[in-house]
Amino acid sequence: MGSLVKQRVLRTIVLLVLGVYFILPLIAMAEFSTRGKNDTRSLESWTSIVDDEGLMEALVNSLLLSVTSAVLMLVLLVPTMAWIRLRLPQLQRLVEFLCLLPLAIPAIVLVVGMAPLYAWVNYFFGDSPLTLTFAYTILVLPFAYRAVDAGLAAIDLKTLAEAARSLGASWFTVLWKVVVPNIRVALIGASLLSVALVLGEFTIASLLNFDTLQVQVNLLGKRNAGVSIAVSLLCLIFAFVLLFALSYVGQRRRQTVVEE
Amino acid sequence: MTSVAPVAAAKPGGPTPRGGAAGRPSVAAWLVAVPFLAFVGTFLVYPTVLVLFGAFQDSNGAFTLDNLTTLFTGVVFDAFVRSIELSALTAVIGAIFGALLTWAIAVGNPDGMLRRTVVAGSGVLAQFGGVPLAFAFLATVGFEGLVTKFLRDNVGIDLFAGSAWLFELPGLTLVYTFFQIPLMVIVFLPALDGLRPQWREANASLGGTSWTYWRHVGGPILTPPFLGALLLLFANAFSAYATAAALVSQGSPIVPLQIRGFLTGEVVLGQENLGKALGLGMVIVVSIAMGVNVLLQKRVAKWVR
Repeated sequence: MGSLVKQRVLRTIVLLVLGVYFILPLIAMAEFSTRGKNDTRSLESWTSIVDDEGLMEALVNSLLLSVTSAVLMLVLLVPTMAWIRLRLPQLQRLVEFLCLLPLAIPAIVLVVGMAPLYAWVNYFFGDSPLTLTFAYTILVLPFAYRAVDAGLAAIDLKTLAEAARSLGASWFTVLWKVVVPNIRVALIGASLLSVALVLGEFTIASLLNFDTLQVQVNLLGKRNAGVSIAVSLLCLIFAFVLLFALSYVGQRRRQTVVEE
Repeated sequence: MTSVAPVAAAKPGGPTPRGGAAGRPSVAAWLVAVPFLAFVGTFLVYPTVLVLFGAFQDSNGAFTLDNLTTLFTGVVFDAFVRSIELSALTAVIGAIFGALLTWAIAVGNPDGMLRRTVVAGSGVLAQFGGVPLAFAFLATVGFEGLVTKFLRDNVGIDLFAGSAWLFELPGLTLVYTFFQIPLMVIVFLPALDGLRPQWREANASLGGTSWTYWRHVGGPILTPPFLGALLLLFANAFSAYATAAALVSQGSPIVPLQIRGFLTGEVVLGQENLGKALGLGMVIVVSIAMGVNVLLQKRVAKWVR
């Protein structure tokens, strides 16, 4: 009994101390961003978020990028990974290695090699910030790979595919009507992760001189810290909501497995 | 557009009546992997190769080791030492406090609100913190931050009496713990979840105390994942750029910020490829940390079997 009480006390202390440590900056952000003139409270920083055209434009860029990157990631990864499990097991190791490689190469290093590459990209595709889709799809690969791989491992892909094929389905139908619906939870997970990652990305966008949300927030901070802090707080809250939702997506999967 | 390719290529492979995995895959079967490999080859392998090879070239493209020897001199070497110190220190701090926090949520209700909140919050700070984290710090302990003002007005302590520490190494250390501790939670939680309650009961029924449990059961089982997480945290801090870049706008105390200097044009003539050498150096340090981790986990897999 004594050790149980001790455990409970220690647990409370840990949670309390670290809780304060992590919540204090959030409170400080809320406080800082609502400061008015002469020790008054004002929502000026928050309302001027919407008025800042540069910021809004960057936000739209980032939102578009989060969609295009998630789509490109899914289009490249899902057919390839399903196909490798079905017909090309020889490629399994190579694809896994390539997908996890970005973990060993820091973004700041990758961008050194991407700078000359993007001279070509901008020559062929124009200099729209949306060209960052290519770089971001690489960045989300490790996370997306793990999610999709777990999804594919959880279903009996071979049997499903053979059943569909024997009924005359084309490979495209197998992919679209059999594989995708069966791993949709994993796909949602992979997409939400890549959305969060793209919305928070700074390194590559800033060093390739593209205007994204984080780049603008950083720039804005030099002249108006209040607005930057307000947007930063919004970013953190938004990412939190995304990941919190994700924890329920994962749970639903566990429950369906149990039911089966 | 890319989505069309695998589908179109898949169809010719279709009619061959070869049930599934058996036999050598046809040429058409290989074509399906082409879009993925071409994309990754262009946007991941090519830039990486460019950095790794560029490190060995002078500004005319001829082979040289000068860039690499420069890594061991002057400001560049100092930056590497500082980066390694910063990463090691924040990895240790992150691992210890992160492990405590992980334990605190692991012993609670697995579907409870507390655990969900901590895990989601950790995910945010560990992976997507970046620039917002830097501003969180300016709001808290910056020159006009909440804590700074409180201490100055009510306690009479000036946080910045000594120096502008927030924008130097001590500040980076403090800020980095805010993504290192959460990363530890994410990496270490599966290991703690793997501890079976039966082991604890067996220990108790054999007359063991809490100490004997952690000394002979929990500790030995958790040591390898703990060390693995420590190495991962080190690599993570070593690679981090965004938070430091947003916080430190003058000077380049650590390697990622030095690379920023090379990319944004503070290049000395004849040292065009020094940035790539710095990149190579970073990749080597990160790879060593990851490699040791892989070896460690392999060793453990043997013991467990």
